[in-house]
Amino acid sequence: MTLKTTAAPGSQKVGDPGDRVFSFILRAASSIVLLILIAFIVLLVIDSRESISRFGLSFLSSSKWNPVETEINKIAFGALPFIFGTVVTSLLALILATPLAIGSAIFVSEYSPPWIGKPVAFIIELLVAIPSVAYGIWGLFVLVPLMRDVVEPFLQSTLGKIPVIGLLFVGPPMGQDLLTGGVVLAIMILPTILSLSREVIAQVPRLQKEGMLALGATRWEVLTKAVLPYARPGIIGASMLGLARAIGETMAVTMVIGNSSTKITPSLLTPGYTISSAIANQFTEADSPIYFSAIVELGLVLLIVASVFNILSRILVMRLVGKGGGSHA
Amino acid sequence: MNPIRSFADLIPDAVPAAESRQGAERSIAIRGLAAYYGKHKAIEGIDLDIGPGVITAIIGPSGCGKSTLIRCINRMHEVIAGAYATGSVTLDGTDIYTPGSDPVQIRRRIGMVFQKPNPFPTRTVYENVIAGLRLNLPRKSKADYDEVVERSLRSVALWDEVKDKLHDAGTALSGGQQQRLCIARAIAIKPEVLLLDEPCSALDPTATLKIEDLLFSLKIDYTIVIVTHNMQQAARASDRTAFLMADENHVGHLVEAGPTREIFLKPKDSRTEDYISGRLG
Repeated sequence: MTLKTTAAPGSQKVGDPGDRVFSFILRAASSIVLLILIAFIVLLVIDSRESISRFGLSFLSSSKWNPVETEINKIAFGALPFIFGTVVTSLLALILATPLAIGSAIFVSEYSPPWIGKPVAFIIELLVAIPSVAYGIWGLFVLVPLMRDVVEPFLQSTLGKIPVIGLLFVGPPMGQDLLTGGVVLAIMILPTILSLSREVIAQVPRLQKEGMLALGATRWEVLTKAVLPYARPGIIGASMLGLARAIGETMAVTMVIGNSSTKITPSLLTPGYTISSAIANQFTEADSPIYFSAIVELGLVLLIVASVFNILSRILVMRLVGKGGGSHA
Repeated sequence: MNPIRSFADLIPDAVPAAESRQGAERSIAIRGLAAYYGKHKAIEGIDLDIGPGVITAIIGPSGCGKSTLIRCINRMHEVIAGAYATGSVTLDGTDIYTPGSDPVQIRRRIGMVFQKPNPFPTRTVYENVIAGLRLNLPRKSKADYDEVVERSLRSVALWDEVKDKLHDAGTALSGGQQQRLCIARAIAIKPEVLLLDEPCSALDPTATLKIEDLLFSLKIDYTIVIVTHNMQQAARASDRTAFLMADENHVGHLVEAGPTREIFLKPKDSRTEDYISGRLG
């Protein structure tokens, strides 16, 4: 076949003026989004250049954060404890929230009768609309005492006895620590992951499920061998969106994490600090140019951490789709 | 040209029923079957015998309940929320609707192929064929699986086309190949009956003819029921035909059933004749 079609896809000169105007609007819209991002990065780099040139890579590797010059301490800015706090609380949130979210997404879309599933899903999705400061207050007044008096002593007396894993639960239970920060984040990202996973699972074609049923599959096998493999890339994408939300979340975590960056230890029961809490707590106090510059660099680091997670998750999804994933999220 | 004459050209001379596989009768008796979607009744009063060693076609206008009927034969109808069936469907003397009978076991004995090819996209050609063998059964050796894959793909005349692509995704095959892959997947677990619900509706004429040839060779080992809206296909490829229809006064019901030759050339009911000659549906 050597016939040539007149309107090759992608050629812009062909078509009526309406098409061209619309295509111009689309281009403009996506360019603006891109420009905002570029402007954002440029601003962060410019405003943090003083800190970047003075501390270099030690900003990422040092744990010293001395904004004020004293006799014993020179001025130093090292963001490692903040990066650590952000990564630990976000991953903790992901680990805690994902199984719950996927479990309830499966229940709501595959197992429960619609008159239970639909209202349950609706209510859970309402949780997205609760402002993060409300989660913070609830965390501070309800979750922190609960963690301090009940959950953390329980964890110490059970998991804490196991070698290696026990290291995660060393120290006096204070309630305001990395673990509580992770739990609050998990609660906050749960509805995001749940509602996206539910949609992905609902989009698995009926023919895929019936194909498995017709081979003599049980309900469990239909789920694990037809539904979940098909929905897997989408579910991972949903979890990654949840993770992205956890990485950037500020207020709720700030209120329960303890905001202390003295030392990095393996224990989840030590108070911590996240990058975004540091920015929120300290930007009003940044009275010297170098302090301000360091705070801006924190913003840049947060952007980089978020991008690294994003790229890693893309690679993960691409690998799965490369193996023949069903829904190409 | 008189359309009825053209069917006479299509229908092969009467072929004696292929000899039954030993041990299994593989015959189905449907009695007083009605199927519902919630309060809506889709078919009622179906009495139909489906014999072994022959291909039975179910024909009828759109919406007459052909697909509903065939899905009642392996209890796939009830997987739709609110759907249920009453009456009896007997396979080798046992009613599959008797309380306590396990739909999972029934579907292992009565395989099904759907309107659109539905290979599992996350699995390779090889894994698609053995998908049924991997379900709550003890694991077999690689050699056993290899043997099943080759035998099943050979019986659907797909082996030579895909033997070098066994580890590619099942969805990378053409539409016709995918549908033959789905038939291979269905017969890999050695069912007694094979149900096909408009298996060629998404395929081109060449792929359609291949499937029909294939069914002809499979009827020795499997009792085959095929739903089709294509009357030429029913005439060409089936030994017996059942004609279903629905009208203002009745939901889907069986008008008549018999040898394909008789249904197409000397139908007893005038509605069958109207439908076959194109005056209906």
